[in-house]
Amino acid sequence: LEKHLISNLSRFVSLSIHLVINFPSLSLQGAALVMSARSYSDFTTQASFEIKKCDIHKLDEAPATEVVMTRDEGLQYYRTMQTMRRMELKADQLYKQKIIRGFCHLYDGQEACAVGIEAAINLTDHLITAYRAHGYTLTRGGTVREIMAELTGRRGGIAKGKGGSMHMYSKNFYGGNGIVGAQVPLGAGVALACKYFGNNELCVSLYGDGAANQGQIFETYNMAALWKLPAIFICENNRYGMGTSVERAAASTDYYKRGDFIPGLRVDGMDILCVREATRFAAEHCRSGKGPILMELQTYRYHGHSMSDPGVSYRTREEIQEVRGKSDPISLLKDRMLSNNMASVEELKEIDVSVRKEIEDAAQFATTDPEPPLEDLCNHIFYNDPPLEVRGTNPWTKLKSVS
Amino acid sequence: MGDSSGSVLTAALLCFFAMDEELERDERVFLLGEEVAQYDGAYKVSRGLWKKYGDKRIIDTPITEMGFTGIAVGAAMAGLRPICEFMTFNFSMQAIDQVINSAAKTYYMSAGLQSVPIVFRGPNGASAGVAAQHSQCFAAWYGHCPGLKVVSPWNAEDAKGLLKSAIRDDNPVVFLENELMYGVPFEMSEESQSKDFTIPIGKAKVERQGTHVTMVTHSRYVSHCLDAAAVLAKEGIECEVINLRTIRPLDVDCIETSVMKTNHLVTVEGGWPQFGVGAEICARVMEGPAFNYLDAPATRVTGVDIPMPYAKILEDNSLPQIKDIIFSVKKTLNV
Repeated sequence: LEKHLISNLSRFVSLSIHLVINFPSLSLQGAALVMSARSYSDFTTQASFEIKKCDIHKLDEAPATEVVMTRDEGLQYYRTMQTMRRMELKADQLYKQKIIRGFCHLYDGQEACAVGIEAAINLTDHLITAYRAHGYTLTRGGTVREIMAELTGRRGGIAKGKGGSMHMYSKNFYGGNGIVGAQVPLGAGVALACKYFGNNELCVSLYGDGAANQGQIFETYNMAALWKLPAIFICENNRYGMGTSVERAAASTDYYKRGDFIPGLRVDGMDILCVREATRFAAEHCRSGKGPILMELQTYRYHGHSMSDPGVSYRTREEIQEVRGKSDPISLLKDRMLSNNMASVEELKEIDVSVRKEIEDAAQFATTDPEPPLEDLCNHIFYNDPPLEVRGTNPWTKLKSVS
Repeated sequence: MGDSSGSVLTAALLCFFAMDEELERDERVFLLGEEVAQYDGAYKVSRGLWKKYGDKRIIDTPITEMGFTGIAVGAAMAGLRPICEFMTFNFSMQAIDQVINSAAKTYYMSAGLQSVPIVFRGPNGASAGVAAQHSQCFAAWYGHCPGLKVVSPWNAEDAKGLLKSAIRDDNPVVFLENELMYGVPFEMSEESQSKDFTIPIGKAKVERQGTHVTMVTHSRYVSHCLDAAAVLAKEGIECEVINLRTIRPLDVDCIETSVMKTNHLVTVEGGWPQFGVGAEICARVMEGPAFNYLDAPATRVTGVDIPMPYAKILEDNSLPQIKDIIFSVKKTLNV
């Protein structure tokens, strides 16, 4: 409260100075000084929201359309999405400066998906995704520092610089996978382990609209349904598989129905509350032993497929602008919170400032941390094994590998 | 099903025993693959396991290699210890991305965060009359990739000891069995009958001592080499026969020690010659101390460089026969 008062006071002072200097005719003498002190008790602690109804497939019920969000939840979602957004934009910058190399697939625009999903599951649950993975690495427990340092290939990276953009891992997060579609059977395997151990955990397996046509995904649907695995399959449909729009790639673009015998939901992926509610619904379905369920999140990526794709040869700038203007997930959340008196503009701005600082610090770390030592080159071939010798580029170079 | 305390047993049986003992020892171990459960295994290797352990641990899969291999790898990532059976390794080609990109490389890519304790097993190489699409040897393909261990047992003891080691290993192991060896009976040593009998991965075995030539081979061709050695012994040529047991990592020390003694090297394999196991052995010997001890260039005896034909006469002449081995040894020794 005091911090709030002081910050408001300093704003008042700077505003006054601004007025006096620039509008000398204005006189503040005698003006009634009304300084509104917004105390936290002024904010609504929670509010109800109407969200879009999900399209359903082979289900009798749908996720709720009236949901409750608390102020604390809203602030946390806002902060996480903003962190994700700024982190990706910083990665864009570093890539253009050639400090990040190779592949870099950015997630900005899709934040509501990652944050909404995590809001409905536990960290003890499991998750696997494809290569557009920075956002999930964050929600699954990675720090911005170690994510950025992995992108810049430094020893402080989450995979010590050996994985790069597409190969980041953390507890119960199985990457980051470079081969399109391969992560889906892997995720079902994790779900099999959950069922085997009987621990009431589930596994979320994500894939894109491009991957949705992969044969191995249909093989996975079959086995997951047969064996009633606690698997939530989620298609992040951002309308384009690289440069190929969904209409040009799929005979059926109803991705939520493609699981056929697996029930499905089509969800507004730009609305974090929709994503959260649908994921809650799906998680309950899995945990009750009914087997797998499929979700299609309709979302959008502002960047091209990767940093080497400007993203405008197969779609129009107008389309990108329209989504940004009307459906940005962070703006949607912000508007909801402000119009329901759940936060103030200043408070959200403070979060922005704090996030910006966190990203700057992380970028600083990521650009100054040293690269991994050459001694690490051959390590991590095998787990729990005695050291072995690895042939170098020529017969005289014998390198050492430890677990 | 009995236990492994009989003294003459087949390789198939020993694979079974290895799996049975490891399933009992560690409840995280499970077997999945086509026909492994109710059919008792396409080659009867897993007969009896389903009756003993049930649906949870012995899983019949649909005919979807890429899918079930991925599922097996994911289960390994999440803490189980799967044995993923390929009905033959030919079908593993459909799933090879999961073996290499999801299993072999992950520990490295994650800098040690994510291990993958999985065994891929099944019959490899030529069988009898199954023609081109069912006869390929994958030792060289899998042997090429870092992050994998590749094992190729010869006899029943190898099968048991190496499979147990593979299952206990915390890393992806490709276990190349041989269908033609499944039914061959072998005498079992006393120690091999213990439930804790393991053979270390990465160590070759000298099956026969000799002084004139080193024969390096794996799997079924160990038998061929021993038979050839018996014939050559009658002519006064004493062959040292090395059973590789493991393709990757290759036991180069064992090979070099032997070559430095015999001064001659002949490799024998069923796979194709180009970029094969024999090619690798020759290259390694060139790069090491044993080269200076060679009195003649090394010789590779391999399968013929063609897809496998069907007709018996053609098939027989597509693979190394004992006479081919004898011929090659004599040429190498210049006798």
